[in-house]
Formats: sequence, structure tokens, C-alpha cells
Amino acid sequence: MTLREHLAEILDRLPALVSAHLTLSVAAILAGTAIGVPLGIASARRASLRGPVLATAGMVQAIPGIALLALMVPLLAAIDAVSRPWLGFAIPPLGFWPALIALWLYSMLPILRNTVVGLRSLDPTVLEAATAMGMTPRQRLRIVELPLAMPMLVSGLRTATVWTVGTATLATPVGGQSLGELVFGGLQTRNWAMVIVGCAACAALAIGLDLLIGAVERTVAARRGRVAATSLLAAAIAAGIAWPALGAGRREATAPPSRDAAASILDRPIRIGAKTFTEQFVLARAVAAELGEAGFETEIVEGLGSTVLFDALAGGEIDVCIDYSGTLWSNVLGREAGPGAAEVRAEVAYRLALDHGVRVLGPLGFENAYAVAMRRETAESLGISSIADLARHAAGWRFGGDYEFFARPEWRSIRETYGLDFREEVGLDSTFMYGACARGEVEAIAVFSSDGRIAALDLTTLADPLAAMPPYEALLVLGREAAEDPALVAALRPMIGAIDVGSMREANLLVDREESPLSPSRAAQRLVDRYRSRRSTTTSSTAAPLE
Amino acid sequence: MIRFEGVGCSFDGGRTWAVRGLDLEIERGRLTCLVGASGSGKSTTLRTVNRLVEPREGRVLLAGRDVASLETVPLRRGIGYVLQHVGLLPHLSIRENVGLVPRLLGESPATIERRVAELLDLVGLEADAFLHRRPRELSGGQQQRVGIARALAARPGIMLLDEPFGALDPITRESIRERFRAIHARLGLTTIIVTHDMAEALLMADEIAVFDAGRLLRHGTPAALLADPGDPIVEALLSTPTREATRLASLGAIATADESATGTA
Repeated sequence: MTLREHLAEILDRLPALVSAHLTLSVAAILAGTAIGVPLGIASARRASLRGPVLATAGMVQAIPGIALLALMVPLLAAIDAVSRPWLGFAIPPLGFWPALIALWLYSMLPILRNTVVGLRSLDPTVLEAATAMGMTPRQRLRIVELPLAMPMLVSGLRTATVWTVGTATLATPVGGQSLGELVFGGLQTRNWAMVIVGCAACAALAIGLDLLIGAVERTVAARRGRVAATSLLAAAIAAGIAWPALGAGRREATAPPSRDAAASILDRPIRIGAKTFTEQFVLARAVAAELGEAGFETEIVEGLGSTVLFDALAGGEIDVCIDYSGTLWSNVLGREAGPGAAEVRAEVAYRLALDHGVRVLGPLGFENAYAVAMRRETAESLGISSIADLARHAAGWRFGGDYEFFARPEWRSIRETYGLDFREEVGLDSTFMYGACARGEVEAIAVFSSDGRIAALDLTTLADPLAAMPPYEALLVLGREAAEDPALVAALRPMIGAIDVGSMREANLLVDREESPLSPSRAAQRLVDRYRSRRSTTTSSTAAPLE
Repeated sequence: MIRFEGVGCSFDGGRTWAVRGLDLEIERGRLTCLVGASGSGKSTTLRTVNRLVEPREGRVLLAGRDVASLETVPLRRGIGYVLQHVGLLPHLSIRENVGLVPRLLGESPATIERRVAELLDLVGLEADAFLHRRPRELSGGQQQRVGIARALAARPGIMLLDEPFGALDPITRESIRERFRAIHARLGLTTIIVTHDMAEALLMADEIAVFDAGRLLRHGTPAALLADPGDPIVEALLSTPTREATRLASLGAIATADESATGTA
């Protein structure tokens, strides 16, 4: 794909993402102001309130943004579990709402703190004069205190605006739409143009809003052009939010696909969830392609963390996803490494159905296990073929893994099983990890066995003779409602057992390679075409061969 | 008119007293100066009248009614209050500052407009030149004139002034004193001025109340005080202006002599 095509594809997504990003940010800032200013006023008056309120706001601020957003998902799910049966309303724990609540909390501190400081640093003589002339507390607040504290308040609002617009990119991992989709999606697929467009759009929004608020403040202070400046701000926000609708006239209208209505019971787009890496992006689009052909409308929600994705599936926010048996085994079932692939799959399917109402439709046909990889050349010259061999060299070597890996039970398991003790453990983004190992910046890394870059960069995976890591078959998993839809199940059944590890690696590499990478959609289409053509040539044989 | 009956004020729950056992009566239409050193309790006493300070003991009567029984908002609107540092609202124009209380009282814009012009004229500021300026564009003396105009806006019968001229240069101070004395007489106000300057009190007051360490030492007309200080501290406070007067008189005599000398030369 040429750069021009790349850009065209990115720019095509931009209006919708800017609109979503702006909606989310402005809603959070408005909510932050609506709560922050009154709370700030109350705190400025009462010392007993001030300490706890500011300490709490400071604590919220100290939580890393990504964690704050992610924490909202289980929190809302827990609230939802209570509210749905008892209060009769549902709270969607994924998407807009957790992002809004987290950003709202995040935007509060600067607004709150500046309100308190602004009100408490007023000239006491002015306040005494106002009281002595017979103003009621409310009049004093409205006529004297708020106008005088306004510059501080507005400066807090501007800080909150810049922070919130920046942090709103983190809505992507909890399933909210934002410019983060370009940033995170671009980082995962090494699409730098996408990252840059995402960051630039985000910065432009932040700076633009900041400047507009500043302009409104100046005109208000000068008592000239108040209405004009405020309308300009409102118009700019409205235009940003309405951008996709404004542009719709120019694009071809896509007719909603016709569906075999008799067979389907789900009267809404099917939501396909995906985690944060290339294989998930590709597979989600393969699922979308299959469903699209069967007449379903689909929607892809990607960039979700492992546990967020499963919670969303169990909570009905996501209908379909691909997950890995070992991940479910250790994260959801809480088990240690143990039995073989078939046993793990059977146990996972049983517990998921029983405890979460989630259905495992079947394995796709390949494994994407965590494996330990190193340079083929080094491994051969030192005679290292298994993790046990690696343990002998560990004391002098550095070991790289993605951030998630070092927190996972698998890491503890292989470390204890083989007595691994590296000189240094380096957390690396998976985008850079393979290259770092190929260049010798780290001697060994934890990889996904289906990653195309293993072969492409001349790395080799090491054997796990003591079976320290569980099997990681890719499973097609359906949420409760999707599992009860026969048309949907029928549409996805052809994917079961259809994808071997070679095909998956190839598809992943099409996206991840340095030279002319493909978009995940194109790679997915090739993957689908490939298993379809293979199936049509082997329809006569009884068992579909995976290899 | 204003009566303090056994008034005691404490800011630490009764351990120490800013003022204690104060009995004082201020007659209608009189200008009374409360004189004393910093911390003598004079400002606290002043502030009990418009309830910026609530007495811990005793009561303050206004035309026979305990101020504690009156609503603070209407009470304060009926009493003009002027502070040393003025406290004009910096984000409002002079017109808006002076017209604020009439506006809170719901008077019509036309009435407010007229009233503001009249008040600025009363304190000796040219309305056209000042109406649309902001407080920070004014000199200290001009600001205090606006402060007095603002305090008079609701046509109060009582004026309370806390060190109103303390931050001004001597010439400005003198002209504003004169101006205020005239306003007091013309509007028939009952005025209490807090000052640490005995000379100022002697120049302006109908009556002087001398405070020390939270106690009222002496209350009387300037003439009565000069004739019989009755207390060493009162005597000490009076000694400086007295010595100044004596010195000036002797210098004046010399100057007169010089003048006559040059006149004859």
C-alpha cells in the first residue's frame, strides 16, 4: 500500500474519531466543571471538607491514566450487577461511560484546586467591605468572589482541558472511541503515519480548545464581544462533533447489508472485540468478513486489555472475540500450568459456560503460546535448544518481554520451573521487542509463537520440555446472546479448525513487516481467502487437514 | 443612639479579651473618635455595631434595640462602613462600586445614576471623569473618597470608619477630613471613627473615647479631656499633640516676628 493510500485510509477515519474524542473530552470537562466548581466553593469555605477533598482529588490524579480508565470497567460492571436486577437500569461497563467517568475524575483536580486557591487568595479587605455593605453570602459569591477568582478558575479549566483531551486517547483500551485508536493501532501495526496523525489531531484539539477558552475569558474580562467569543467556542465544538455528519454527504452511502432475518435473533450490529496486538486485529476483521457475508452488521472494538475483553464478553458488551485457552485457563479460571491442550480447552469451555454464560465455539486451529525466543545463530553456536539450556546463561543475560508478560503467572511458572534468574528483566513494547532481540540489545525475549517476526528476523523459539507454560490454542468465543443466535453461529463455524499456525504467522507478518506492510483488513481478507480456497480443494476428504 | 452595655469580645473562647466591660453611649448626630494604640480594642468595638464581630458578653443597642436581634443584611445596609484599605471591588467601575448597594436594594437604574453622581459630587470627585474608571486607576485619596461615597449610598444614619485616613499623605488626609466633617454635619449622621492619632481626634471629634488594653479609660469632649486627662495613659496620648501645638505656636510666633522684621526692612 502506498503512503498516499495509507493516509487516505487514516484521514477517512479521522472525522469520526475527532468527533468521538471531542464529545468524550467536552462531556468530561463539563461534568468536571459542574461538580468541581461547587465542590471547590464548599471546600474553600470549610476547612474540614477542604483537606479530604483535595487529598482525594490528588490521589485520583496520581493514578496513572491508563489504570484509572481500566479500573472503571470492573467497577461499572460491579455496579451494573447490582443496578440491573435491583434498580432496573443497566450501566454499560465498556466504551463511553467508563472513559467518561475516569476522565471526569481526572479533570476535577485542576478545576477543584484552582477554585479553592482562587477563592481563598482574595483580598480580605474587599471581602469585608462586601459583607459590611450588607451582601448576603450568595450575593457576595456571585458579585464579588466568583468574578475575582475567575482568572484562577479559568486557568484551572484550561489545564483540565489540555489534560483531558490528551488522556482521552486512553479511552481506546476500555473500548471507547477516541483518537487513541490511531495512536495505539498505529503503534501495534508499526504504522507511524497513523500514530503521527493521531497525535497531531489530539494536540490540535487540545491547543485549539485551550486558545478558544482563553479568548472567551479575555472578551469576558474586557466586557466586549462576550457573545461572539462564546458562540465561536460553542460553534467550534459543535462543528468538531458534527464533523462525520457534515462529511457524510460526500461519501457514498453504504446500504445496510441485507440479513437473513428469519434465522437471526440479534437486531443490532455484532460487536467484535480485539486485544492490543496485530493477530487480534487481523482475526477480528476475519470474523467481521465472515459475519458481513452472512448479512450481519459488525462493529470492531479493539485495543482492549485481556481481562477487560473477557469481562466485556461476559457482560454482553462484546459478542465475539478470539481468546487463547492458556490465557483463560490462568486468568479466568486461576489455574496453574498442567494438562495438555485438549484437556485445557475442555475444562475452559466447561467453566466459561457454567460460570459466565460464555460459549467456546471451538479452536481456530493454531496455537499462539508464550514462548521464549533468541537469535538462531547464538542458540546454535552455544547449543541452546530449550529453556533449560537457556537457564545456564541467564545470570549474564538480559531478558525482554512485553509489560503484561512480567505480571502474568506464566512468567512466574517458567522462572520457577527452570530456575531462570536473568541479570536484568526489560519491559518492552511488543513493537520493538523483536528488533531489540535481533540486534542483541536483549539476549532472549518472551514472544507469541504465532508472530511472523520470529522467522522473519531469524529468531528461534526454545522448547519447554517441563511444560511450564499452558497450551494457548486460539479459541473462537461467543457471548451469551451471540451464542444463542443460530445464524451467527452458522456464519462463524467455517472458521473452526481452518487456520494453521503458518497461515497465521504469514498474515501477522503482512501487517508487521517493515517493507510495504498491509492494513489488518487486507491481511484478514487474504487469510480468509486462503482457508476458503484450501477448503474447496479438500472438500472430498473426510477430515479437514490443518497443515 | 448607640449604646454599649457591658460589651466583652474574645476571639479565643474567653481566654483573652479584645474588649471587656465596655459601657459607652454615643448620642445621635455626634462624631465620636475611638482612640488608642494597636490592639487596644477600638476596632473590635466598632465592628460590634454592624455585627462583623459578635460580643461574647453584654449587648449593643441601636436606638434601643439589641443589634443581635436584627437581621445582619438589613442592619448592615443601614450602616455605612469605611475601611483603611477601602476595599473597592477591583473588577467593577467606580459607578458600579458606588451604585452597588442601591442596586442590591432594587432601585431603578435612573435613580442609581442620579444618586452616584450626587455622591461623587458630595465627596468632591468630578463624576464625568471618574464614573467609568476602575479602582486601580485612582490615587489612594481618590479611592477613599469613593469608599466614603459607597458607604453613603444607602442613605445610612450611622457611619463607621476604621482608620479611614491612616494610609493617606498629610495634605490629602487633611482635605478629606474637612470634607467628611462637612458631610457628617450636612447629613446629620451619627459617626464613629477609629483612629490611633489623638491629633486627628482632637481636630475632628465632638467626643473622644480612649481605649487601652481592651478597656475604656476615658470618654468626654476634647476640651474636657485636655482640661483633665484623669489617667496617665490619656495624658501620654494627649502630650504629643499638646507639645506639637506649643512648638508650632512658638515657631509661629518666630515666623510672625520674622515676617514683621522683613516687612519693616
